Amino acid sequence: MERTDPLEVQNLSTTLFTRRGEMKAVDGLSLAVGAGETVALVGESGCGKSLSALSIMRLLPDPPARIVGGAVKLNGRDIVAVSEETMLDIRGKEIGMIFQDPLSSLNPVATVEKQIAEVLTTHTDLGRGQARARAHELLELVGMPDAGRRLDAYPHQLSGGMCQRVVIAMAIACSPSVLIADEPTTALDVTVQAQVLALLKRLQADAGMAMIFITHDLGVVAETADRVVVMYAGRKVEEAPVDALFENPLHPYTAGLIGATPIPGAARAERLADIPGMVPPLNALPQGCAFAPRCKRGMERCRREKPGLTQPTPGRLVACFAAEKG
Amino acid sequence: MSLLALHDVHVRFNTAGGVVRAVNGVSLELAAGETLGLVGESGCGKSTLGKAIMKLVPIADGEIVVDGVDIAPLDREQLNEVRRKVQMIFQDPYGSLNPRSTVGRSVAQPLVIAGWKPDATAQRVETLLRWVGLPSDAKQRYPHEFSGGQRQRIGIARALALNPKLIICDEPVSALDVSVRAQVINLLEDLKSQFGVSYLFISHDLSVVEHIADRVAVMYLGTLVEVGGRDHIWRNPQHPYTKALLAAAPIADPKAARARQRTVLQGELPSPIDPPAGCPFHSRCPIAQDRCKLDRPVLRPVDGGALAACHFI
Repeated sequence: MERTDPLEVQNLSTTLFTRRGEMKAVDGLSLAVGAGETVALVGESGCGKSLSALSIMRLLPDPPARIVGGAVKLNGRDIVAVSEETMLDIRGKEIGMIFQDPLSSLNPVATVEKQIAEVLTTHTDLGRGQARARAHELLELVGMPDAGRRLDAYPHQLSGGMCQRVVIAMAIACSPSVLIADEPTTALDVTVQAQVLALLKRLQADAGMAMIFITHDLGVVAETADRVVVMYAGRKVEEAPVDALFENPLHPYTAGLIGATPIPGAARAERLADIPGMVPPLNALPQGCAFAPRCKRGMERCRREKPGLTQPTPGRLVACFAAEKG
Repeated sequence: MSLLALHDVHVRFNTAGGVVRAVNGVSLELAAGETLGLVGESGCGKSTLGKAIMKLVPIADGEIVVDGVDIAPLDREQLNEVRRKVQMIFQDPYGSLNPRSTVGRSVAQPLVIAGWKPDATAQRVETLLRWVGLPSDAKQRYPHEFSGGQRQRIGIARALALNPKLIICDEPVSALDVSVRAQVINLLEDLKSQFGVSYLFISHDLSVVEHIADRVAVMYLGTLVEVGGRDHIWRNPQHPYTKALLAAAPIADPKAARARQRTVLQGELPSPIDPPAGCPFHSRCPIAQDRCKLDRPVLRPVDGGALAACHFI
């Protein structure tokens, strides 16, 4: 592949080594995110989306977690094996991350200014005074109401939405080429969620950032993503452009998720299409396809063999024997 | 006669920072067999209103009439009678079950309190577990052995124990994954058609409410801003806050999401300690005028039998 996408993840595998055995939390994940592109990583709790993000950021504690294979190419350079010191330099500068709970990702005993300035003084040659001015600019940029006054505020004095704006300001302070947003609006109210989604879109368009957007909410996917990667039990089961995915989901799990999500304004369905059972724990994955026990289209073969990813049409990938047959 | 009628209900909490007006004059009716959705953002008072109907919070003022009886002045013993008719399920099924009590005991508790004999109680527990789709050996097990969706089923079984007429569902599916959420919603709908129970369905998730509710009440800062049929609220919302809330809700359909006009509401919910004078929404309202800062609008009829509280409709 002769592409120079800001982020290319190739066959990434992360295993958790625990007393209860080895668990494949991320199992051969590949994805690429282009400049200005948003790829949504979708799935339910325990499917490995957050662990994938933390693996890319090299933020997982070892033990128990270790990257056992694959590559994470950030602007062409593989960061899987670089030293922790180098990672400290890369995180916040080339790749930023936003977490679900803004309050717990901020230092409760430092002012907003101090926290944003710390990112700037760590990664750039700005002095204290310049950093304060830049922090002010960044707060304006992320739409913080009354930005000048908020510089001296502590996190507990701000609402959840305002805290998330501070976190976003910190994440984009050094204009990273890649931004990973892990459920950034899940803890926010719907009107504030709309504000933050609009903000992320604007910042991304202005800076041409590549963005990975992790969410369980298909509504948020439809609003933000260009492309979607659906994960189940640590593996990518489907990848497609957003319109194609919603119009014609190929994997039965994707179809199940879409059927289980009510769409306001659509003709009222009598019942939601639910998926029986639940996501299996990583230490008790079935032998064949991990989704087979819950699958409406499951066949004998699915219980024996794990389906690999195939490309039924250009731009789409699916890991399912039933979908291959059509 | 409606199953539930609220007349000018107020709930206030005294805090170090001042008096929180969590529910500030709510009047609302719910008919037998109806599912009424109560929507709004965090801090709007929707959960407090649900708890007030169970008298789990002190009622500062107003009447809460359940099946013809005003429960506001009742004492503990008199309340037991009413509580058989109204039950509640909560958002966090982990927090609403006693971890040291078997599932069987938790589900049996309302029956024991109501004076059921042990044999009848045991039989009833079996039936309840079957209704909510749990295996019968569940009764000997403890809550930690179950997943979130299964625990919510346990909570539903307990709520159903005494054949209530109304179940207050406080964000019952918000903590659940998408596929499990659909299972629980379908269960609630099945139970409704089987037993004719009514729901007050409290949720911040508009797409879930649209799916399940017959009528919807929209709450903002302790007051109702609009009440109407489900189709009215989604097709023809009148109050600027209802419009903003719908515009902000993500739609799981990329083409529809791109096609719609989006005016993103600015600002955040003001503090209920010192709510703005006049219309509670005026500080964020796109069409507010001077009058809105002074006069508090009341709910009045608008198109299609709905009610809305706004001077400019």
